[in-house]
Amino acid sequence: MISAIGNNVQECFQSLAQSKTGIGKINHLSTRHKDDFVAGEVKLSNEQLAQLVGDANPALNRNSYLAMLAAKEAVVHSGIKPNDGKRTGVISSTTVAGMGKTELYYKNLLEDAEHLYVLDTHDCGDSTERIADYLGNVDYVTTISTACSSAANAIMLGSRMIKHGLLDRAIVGGVDALSKFTFNGFNTLMILDKEWCKPFDENRKGLNLGEGAAFLVIEGEQALKERGGKALAEVVGYSNTNDAHHQTASSPDGYGATLAIQQALEMSGLTPAEIDYINMHGTGTPNNDASESMATKTVFGNNVPKFSSTKAFTGHTLAAAASIEAVISVLSIQNDMIFPNLNFSTPITDTQLVPETELVKTPVNTVLSNSFGFGGNCSSLIFKKVKA
Amino acid sequence: MDALIEKLKGQIIEQLNLAEVKPEDINPEAPLFGDGLGLDSIDALELIVLLEKYYGIKIQDPKDGKTIFQSVKTMAEYIKSQGKA
Amino acid sequence: MNTIISYAHIKHNQIAVNGKVVLHLPNKSYTEFLTEAYKSLQLSYPKFYKMDAQCKLAFLAMEFACKDNHFLTENDLSKTAIVFSNSSASLETDQVHQNSINDKQNYFPSPAVFVYTLPNITIGEIAIRHHITGENAFFVSPQFNGKLLTNYIHLLTQTNTEAVVGGWINSDNNTYEAFIFLVQNVENLNKNSIFKPLNQTSITNLYNQTSWMH
Repeated sequence: MISAIGNNVQECFQSLAQSKTGIGKINHLSTRHKDDFVAGEVKLSNEQLAQLVGDANPALNRNSYLAMLAAKEAVVHSGIKPNDGKRTGVISSTTVAGMGKTELYYKNLLEDAEHLYVLDTHDCGDSTERIADYLGNVDYVTTISTACSSAANAIMLGSRMIKHGLLDRAIVGGVDALSKFTFNGFNTLMILDKEWCKPFDENRKGLNLGEGAAFLVIEGEQALKERGGKALAEVVGYSNTNDAHHQTASSPDGYGATLAIQQALEMSGLTPAEIDYINMHGTGTPNNDASESMATKTVFGNNVPKFSSTKAFTGHTLAAAASIEAVISVLSIQNDMIFPNLNFSTPITDTQLVPETELVKTPVNTVLSNSFGFGGNCSSLIFKKVKA
Repeated sequence: MDALIEKLKGQIIEQLNLAEVKPEDINPEAPLFGDGLGLDSIDALELIVLLEKYYGIKIQDPKDGKTIFQSVKTMAEYIKSQGKA
Repeated sequence: MNTIISYAHIKHNQIAVNGKVVLHLPNKSYTEFLTEAYKSLQLSYPKFYKMDAQCKLAFLAMEFACKDNHFLTENDLSKTAIVFSNSSASLETDQVHQNSINDKQNYFPSPAVFVYTLPNITIGEIAIRHHITGENAFFVSPQFNGKLLTNYIHLLTQTNTEAVVGGWINSDNNTYEAFIFLVQNVENLNKNSIFKPLNQTSITNLYNQTSWMH
């Protein structure tokens, strides 16, 4: 995992445990909005990222660098050997793809033959192909693009393909680098907070954009056993639904979100009371947090588990968000810790839900992680501690 | 004022792609949102763009739209009050 | 058994349902074609005009695909999935948005344009129109990939999904094509039925066998 709060999982964990946000002044993205907004930038320049990846190929862009670094960390940490004859898939997701580089040259591209190559690396599949090439032999490669729930859907697809015997394991996750395209777009929707975002606070004004990548290695029980590997957590429930309300806004009653949470619970065989922690989507926009709070109340009634949004650490990393938060959920299970919801002071009047605002040390056996995207796309995942 | 209202109606229809609506269908005092024209939150943002594009008026907080965009008439009054008509 | 009960195909200013052309509007521009085709349905859905071309295309294909059957009433729409694919994601609208932020002198990026810079908004518009709240996925592949769609749909229907709207919806600078097919469980499929069991071969054949007018 690479994000505004660290260049690897360990660094990210340290920031989470120390309540240290990665959101601040924009340094690397060149935009006229530089001084107007804060963002969760990865604290490395493209040159530094290229060095870390160890590849000076100009066709690589920030999206690919982030994806390659995070995927490699996941694979190295898992201990799997990419060429051991097991059927391995790479399922990634992105919304912005190569836009960050394309937009630098797009305007003059017709006269600028030197940079025409950016067109070849613009598409969503490019960063996924780069990960696959970087890791070596893989049997299946695909890219999912469903806005801010993308990586949750990548995790779902990987889990399913393993469950149905199509793959032995999958490297799943998502990536999105910041771009002017995204900044200007979210700015037109007037849902960017110029200061630190305040998820679930009555006075929240909007989200902070972030960037990053996170990947997880999901392996079938059989393959894991054969190589004597050790699981960090188990994916026990997942669901994806559509809110069918509006292109970008969530329904006031959180219908799609409710459905996603309920179906994921049903699949996991867990009761609502058995969920120890919810890592919320919690973007900090007035609309999302109100709608997600309603859905949470509908499912959990008056017994809402401990919850927080970690977007005030990383910013909203769009297609990477669900995989970054999946890693955070696994960290929560591994360390029996609930990470705080920063910048919160006043509960939302209608729902009165209060997130955890300090680091909590408590047994965490099960985590529900929500990710909702434009287009009404709602996904919920449930992770569970593996019995020793 | 009436001229401004008529001009606004045309601009609203164009900016919001209200292909099936004619200027005479819009009652300047009827609510713009809710049932009437079937406008939604994205339309409210488009109206903010419209004010900036044609009248040089910048609205920073989308919440301000609620009062300004009650009807075509309130929009016209707001534009006048900003000395931009 | 997962069965294709209806499909619609749009290309070359024509709309075909179950392989036969039902609407042909020659000599129209792409935009005119979309508007005229919408008007032919005599619906009252003014949101249509606000959509980008790709959503309009998907909207029309869906309307035609479910016009003469009970797909939307027979199936539990909270367990109906939408699985779309194309080769250009939302590139056409991405360009419109990009152009609007490129010009400093004329800088008015439109929220109504930006919301369409994601391919899965195409799914969202169909979901909103028909209140379909099941699972969604949008895949990007170089061309229509019957294997990918078939495999994914079979995966879905092994868990919570009971019916599926599948499709290939590509709108890229006046090159356009939409192919939407409806899949639901049909027991005891009659040999003479016009329905086809869903598999890679059947869906690829249906996609290739539309008899377009010349």
